[in-house]
Amino acid sequence: MSPNGASAPPSEREQKILGIIETARGKRAKFRDNHVTMAHGAGGKATQGLIEGLLLPALGGQALSELADGGALQAGGVPLVMSTDSYVVKPLRFPGGSIGELAVNGTVNDLAVSGARPAALSLSLILEEGLPAEQLRAEVEAIATAAREADVEIVTGDTKVVERGHADGMYICTAGVGVRDPRAALSPTALEPGDRILLSGSIGAHGTAIMLARGEFELDAGIESDTRSLWPAVEAMLQAAGPELRCMRDATRGGVASVLNELARASAVAMIVREGEVPVDAAVAGAAEILGIDPMYVANEGKLVAFVAPSRAAAALEALRAVPGCEQAAEIGEVRAAPPGMVLVATSFGGRRVMDQLVGDPLPRIC
Amino acid sequence: MRFVDEYRDPDLGRALAGEILSLVEPGRHYKLMEVCGGHTHSIYKYGVDDLLPGNVELVHGPGCPVCVIPMGRVDDGIALAHEPGVIFTCFGDMMRVPGSDGSLLDAKARGADIRMVYSPLDALRIAKQNPDREVVFFAIGFETTAPSTALTLKRARAERVENFSCMCSHVTIVPPLRALLESPDLRLDGFIGPGHVSTVVGARPFEFIPADYGKPVVIAGFEPLDILQAVAMILAQLSQDRCEVENQYKRVVPYEGNLRALEVMAEVFELRPHFEWRGLGFISHSGLRLSEAYADLDAERRFGVPGVRVADPKACQCGEVLKGVIKPWECKVFGTACTPERPIGTCMVSSEGACAAYYNFGRFAREREVV
Repeated sequence: MSPNGASAPPSEREQKILGIIETARGKRAKFRDNHVTMAHGAGGKATQGLIEGLLLPALGGQALSELADGGALQAGGVPLVMSTDSYVVKPLRFPGGSIGELAVNGTVNDLAVSGARPAALSLSLILEEGLPAEQLRAEVEAIATAAREADVEIVTGDTKVVERGHADGMYICTAGVGVRDPRAALSPTALEPGDRILLSGSIGAHGTAIMLARGEFELDAGIESDTRSLWPAVEAMLQAAGPELRCMRDATRGGVASVLNELARASAVAMIVREGEVPVDAAVAGAAEILGIDPMYVANEGKLVAFVAPSRAAAALEALRAVPGCEQAAEIGEVRAAPPGMVLVATSFGGRRVMDQLVGDPLPRIC
Repeated sequence: MRFVDEYRDPDLGRALAGEILSLVEPGRHYKLMEVCGGHTHSIYKYGVDDLLPGNVELVHGPGCPVCVIPMGRVDDGIALAHEPGVIFTCFGDMMRVPGSDGSLLDAKARGADIRMVYSPLDALRIAKQNPDREVVFFAIGFETTAPSTALTLKRARAERVENFSCMCSHVTIVPPLRALLESPDLRLDGFIGPGHVSTVVGARPFEFIPADYGKPVVIAGFEPLDILQAVAMILAQLSQDRCEVENQYKRVVPYEGNLRALEVMAEVFELRPHFEWRGLGFISHSGLRLSEAYADLDAERRFGVPGVRVADPKACQCGEVLKGVIKPWECKVFGTACTPERPIGTCMVSSEGACAAYYNFGRFAREREVV
């Protein structure tokens, strides 16, 4: 690609060292830390170490080791998907949503991107002593409304109260069960070179809204969380692409970049993302610019990334754009064969770079 | 975004790339160092190096302020953070830099009260909100951030905030550059000068580089077009046998610098006799500490720090990598003892350091043609 010809081919020694690195990188991540740090919760390499190095070896069966958003199971011949998630967001209410709404939509979306129509949720409330009843009432109301809109029933639940200072007001845990759609043939290992990458709308709004709502930056941008149920978007794409829809992911913690990296590894393929095609609202782009954060790594709560075989990509995109809330859906890139496991970006400026996995929380830079 | 997108115009970028191509001699290999970590970040973010001819190589310099903090200094910070009653504050990207037994992030997980701040003034605010606690600000950075630390200390003094102090690890840009240039095996053809630092110190401090060492310097801004233009300006100097300090970033950098900021720094700080740099060793007069007049706000004097000296492992060759003498993969510990998960030297600490970039993306760099 270099306009003036390539540099010299790698020497034998350099090849050997590249080989050593690749062997090391290909190994399953280890959990070697002495303590849990915030990085273990950020969705990047440390999280991967925790999951692949500790949880999977101890607990992993067939369904869990797929590391999908939901696990597949059969009950009386009916193919089901089950998923669970905990919600510890601070502040409890933020522009565009609240913890109650997230607790429903987050679990609903994990089921949806697994190709399952959400059917039922469980609800666990961990409440902090002293939480104003008014706030609790508001969240219960938000849960009820979100469940109604997503067409899922809360079928069981639990409540616990912990001492003051222990739960930031409230934590919520939901688990969900969905019935797998017969049209869905999704797998994180199914990606093939040529597959197109679709994104269901503009990115970065949720994470940015939360950061600004915490009030640490003294920035006011009127950015709202994008929390919503993704089942309508999933159903539209299943209808349009059927088994040509290879895989979907809900781009929450770690953002779109983390989803792409996980799947590039799972399918041993490369991806190229055209930065200019990725929809980002002007306010989010501006806030990210000021904070020195890349929107590709910022959390969403109502955006999915889908991989579709080239023959059905246009139809899937058209179907997606017809779904309310997905009008800005776009094809942002495609799957390539090499170098396996890597996500590359063609920047709007005309260069290329690697979009790496997040190492820990995206920390603001000083330099 | 207005006033930003103009500096990211791909058509202008291609035009500059064409100009650069016309300025290089085909048989010659050019190594240019971008001194500042901010430039490295922009080059990476926009893929600027992808627009350069194969024989123009950018070498990442020693200007990432968190990566140059040595292990011993991190250990000292962690020791302070564990002092009873202390709230230890620092910039976010400092929290991941490893000491000899973990980073500040690890210390936080072990119970130390360590808080991320976005400016020294945030740390001062925390001190005012917690009068019964001792709040220490871990001050790092080149001349870019030193003035804001200085102003914060002045304010702490004026407002009589007695529970606030500063662990000063500010560094200055000229001594490490001189140390690099002094080296007989240096393989660099020119320097992209640090834009942010220069807004404070001006262009004059870099005049010794062309005068004493015969290398061109172009002070540059941080947008991709700024960087490409600076490369073109350096190559133009080389092709015309000129050698001088030029200022590409005139819209922000005055030649004389920011005199008010320099004044405040001179009041609050003084040079340390020597300061240790990760991967580069001790460099004379390269670090700042609080002046006698501000000694009472110096956390190192208030608490006494262990003054840990953790020697860089002998095998670490960051110095040679920075000078362009060896490639990252030629270092003895690269990829074995020194990895991004467990970095030894400065070039592996930051994800944009030369070694970390090569570790993560080396194969991609090699296989660009097939992608």
